[in-house]
This record gives sequence, structure tokens and C-alpha cells, in this order.
Amino acid sequence: MTATTIPAGQILARRPGLLQGTREALTLTWRSLLKIRTNSEDLVGLSLQPIMFLLLFTYVFGGAIAHGSVHRYLQYVLPGILVQTVVFATLGTGLMLNQDISAGVFDRFRSLPIARSAPLAGAILGDVSRYVISVVVTLGFGIVLGFRVTTNPLAAVAGCALVLAFALAMCWVSALIGLLAKTPQGVQIFGFTAMFPIVFASGILVPIQTMPGWLQAFARWNPMTLLSQACRGLMTGGPVAVPAGKSLLWALAILAVFAPLAVRAYRHRS
Amino acid sequence: MITAIQTEGLVKRFGETTALAGIDLAVRQGSVLGLLGPNGAGKTTAVRILATLATPDAGRAEVLGHDVVREAHRVRQLIGLTGQYASVDDGLTGLNNLVMIGRLLGLSRAEARLRAGELLERFDLAEAGRRPAKTYSGGMRRRLDLAASLVGRPPVLFLDEPTTGLDPRARIEVWGMVRGLVADGVTVLLTTQYLDEADHLADDIAVIDHGRIIATGTPAELKAKVGGQVLEVRPAEPADLDRVAAAVAEVTGAAPATDRARDLVTAPAADSSSLAALVRQMDDSGIELAEFALRTTSLDEVFLALTGRQGDGEPAELAKEESR
Repeated sequence: MTATTIPAGQILARRPGLLQGTREALTLTWRSLLKIRTNSEDLVGLSLQPIMFLLLFTYVFGGAIAHGSVHRYLQYVLPGILVQTVVFATLGTGLMLNQDISAGVFDRFRSLPIARSAPLAGAILGDVSRYVISVVVTLGFGIVLGFRVTTNPLAAVAGCALVLAFALAMCWVSALIGLLAKTPQGVQIFGFTAMFPIVFASGILVPIQTMPGWLQAFARWNPMTLLSQACRGLMTGGPVAVPAGKSLLWALAILAVFAPLAVRAYRHRS
Repeated sequence: MITAIQTEGLVKRFGETTALAGIDLAVRQGSVLGLLGPNGAGKTTAVRILATLATPDAGRAEVLGHDVVREAHRVRQLIGLTGQYASVDDGLTGLNNLVMIGRLLGLSRAEARLRAGELLERFDLAEAGRRPAKTYSGGMRRRLDLAASLVGRPPVLFLDEPTTGLDPRARIEVWGMVRGLVADGVTVLLTTQYLDEADHLADDIAVIDHGRIIATGTPAELKAKVGGQVLEVRPAEPADLDRVAAAVAEVTGAAPATDRARDLVTAPAADSSSLAALVRQMDDSGIELAEFALRTTSLDEVFLALTGRQGDGEPAELAKEESR
């Protein structure tokens, strides 16, 4: 190794530049992708979960809900399961951030001359690929079971994009939980406790008309309901503009509230 | 002389607890300062502030002339950090860990790979480079940690308890690597709770306890401060212990300590001229001696004398509390 000298005359940057910060975020995205590739358990879990939910809901509830027509229920439920799968997958973002903190990887990053936001941005960008995997597996396996897009491929892609956009907002909620929880187990407990009611008290799996009035009111405004409605509209026909617009508004609102909270928690965690 | 690391009146509180109660340190460029103290003394807090991971409540700290709070980003360009907490990514291979850091520090892909290969070679990890870090042994992990903190060739290195939890062989390997770095001209601030580690590696030692520096000096100076040399006498017959103690008291003029479990009489010995007299007196009295030794004070005794506590043997888990 060459001798280390005082960098005399070398001009040290006072703060990281924007371009440099973007590059660092991309390097950390690469790291997240490497981790997904090498962690086969995560990859298997990511794929098996939507397959399991699809099989369970289609064959256990399908006949009862859609009066004997499993296929009709699959056409109804697949967009919902798409939403559910991706929302559950966002929990991984918080989990990974929390593991980085408890393992000390986070402190290493903070001691490096890199943009403060790069580790957070890298983790979230890297997770987009996990969400894409979830979407592809869910849709692909749905098609194997007999799901058919009855609109057009472009609309179906737009549906997937809408779900991904919403996931990008939800992952900030997960990031906040990941930054506040003391242990990875805590992230899972808080995450699932918060997500289960939101996911199930909605029109994801069943039409909301049979729910009691107070629950209907909640479910009608639940972004999960709106998102799955929009997705259904785009894949199998039905209203699109209104639920899609409201979903995007929800995504923006969640982003506006939780991204600053997460960034603040991230800065304060020392 | 250039001062590479300097702190003045550094204070850090966590709620009711005062982790640092005003720390003044100065580390010459190219030297090794050993920050020695028991768990919870404030060592880790001091390093976290110097490495820009925490901010002080009062006082200031500079690394190569740059303030760690106001010029944190500049300081980060000058330091490397290896500790119990600043860790490598378990899920990545050793090689990718180092490549990632190289890329983050602005190296091109090719440069980062080259540098990573160099470091793996130097730290004896070339063969393990393509394995995930989670498969590494404790010693290999610590070496990878050390390599990770050196990717950017930092002129100042912080090592927070670099050998805690390592077996003796791995410790000696890490020591060798630290000495190699010092030979390259790196300034090192090392925290440790092992007295022999500070004795082996440090040019200067600062003893820290309850957030205060209670003594500073070279290892030799610290030993001298607590009484220089120690006389140890062990009679062949335990029954002679009291007579030996009386003779030692008479010759050295100091009150000797009698350890009945080990049949040993110890006393500080100011000068060695009286020893001949002691040997003669034992001879005349017909007391046969099993052991007669004059040795330098160990840092253990220094620590005991300074803090009133043993330096070793406290559970290592406590240190983690301090880093939160």
C-alpha cells in the first residue's frame, strides 16, 4: 500500500454535490439488488407469498363468494391480491433499514463522506425491484390459474404501474417504522399490526356492500379499496378515472406526510 | 509537530447520564493514542463524536484542523472508522463490501475492484473474498472491518475496541496489522479495555473513567507514576511469611502487602540498592526464598491505582449500551 500522507493542498468538499449524491444512491441501490440476488430466502418468500394467497383465496373463498364460480372470483380478486402483495412487500424496506441500523452498517455509511440521504434513497430504489418481482409473480401465476386481462395489455401495464407508484409511497411508512423500531422483530410486529386492518378492511378481497355501515365508510375511503378498484378497471373493465385519481392523491398524501417523518427519524437516529 | 486529533472540553449527556464530562485530548500526527478505560467510561462516545456520528453538547473537536460538527463532511473525507458498531454488510461478499465503499468514495468501477483486491490481499482475505461476510470467523470479520475503513486511504483512523471478543491469535494478527498502518504514517486513536493492548500499540495512553481523563502519558510514564518498580518475595516456607514481611518493611521503608493465598510479599521499591541488604538479611536469618523478583508495574496495577477498580473482567455487553 502506498504511504498515507496528509492531503496537503487537497481541497476537501464542504458538502456532497447533487450529482455525487445521485451516484452514491445508485451504488447503494446496486447493493440492495446484490442482496436480493444472494438472499435466496427473501426471493423465495417474495414469490411464494402471492402464490399462496392466490391459491388460498381463489379455491377456499372463491366458490363461496362468487356462488360457485371460481373463475369469476379470480377475475375479481387478482387485482386485489396484486395490491395486497405489493403493500406487504413494502415491509421489507423497513426491515432492511432496521437490520442495517442494528448491524452497524448504517453507522459505517454515516462515517463516510457521502450524501446523508443516499442510504435511504438507495434502500428504497433497490426495493422497487422487489415490488416488480411481486407484481410479475402475482400476475403470472394468476394467468396460469386462468386470470385473463379483458381490456388491453397497455391498460394492464398501467394498472401495475399504478400499484408500484402506490408502493413507492407506502414504503416510506415502512421506512419510518424501520427507523423507529428497536429490533427487526419489532418492525414485523408493528408493520403487520398496522397493515392487516388496512389491507383487509377494504374491497381488496370482497365487495364492501356486505360490511356493516361504519366499516363500509372506512372501506370506501381506504386507499386499498380505491387502488384495487382502479386496477380492476384497468385489467378487467369498470370505472378507472375516479378511483385511480383518488389512489394517486392518497399516494401523494402518504408521501407528503411520511417521507419527511422518515427523513427526520433517519437524521435523528444516532 | 502536527496535531491530528484535538478535543477541548468535550461534553456529552444522555438524559441524566453524563457520558463525557469534559475531555481534552491531543494526538500527534503519525502516533497512536490509546484511550483506555472500563466499559461505560465514555470511550465509545468520544470516538462517535470524533467520527461525526454524534454531536457534543459542549466543547469542540477537530480532526486535522477541521471541526467535527461544522465541517463534518470534510472530516469524513479524512477518517476511517472500525468499531463494534461500524460494521460491514453481512449479506455481501468481502469483495463487494470493499467495492461498494470504493464506489461510494468516488472510485471508478475498475479502481474500486483494484483497491478491494489489494486490501483483501493485505488483510489475508484474498481466498475468502467471494464468500458472504456472514460466513467469516470473528477474526476475519474484524480484518474485513479494518480493510473497509482503509479503502479511502484515510490519514486518521479510529479503532473502537478492535480486538474485543477475539481469540488471542486473532488479537495478535489485528495488532500486527495496526502496527503496519502506523508504519505507513496513519494517525490512530484506539480505544481498548485491555491494558496489554494499549501497552503494545500505543505511543501515548489516556486513561478515561466516568467520562473524565484521569491520567495521560506514555505507557512507561504511567507505570512510573504509580510507583515504578515492585519487589516480590516468596519464602519457601509459608510459615516465614511474617518474618519476610517485617524484613521487607525494614529494608524498603514501605508497608508491604502480604498475599497469604499466594504466600507472596510485595512492596514498592524506590531504589534497588537496598535489595542486596535484604538478600543478606534473609540469608543470615536462615529463611529460604522460593522467589525474589523486581519488576515494573503492570498497567493493570496502574489502572487499579488510578480508578480503585480492576481494569479487566467486566462484561462486554455494557459497551453496546453506551453506543446507543
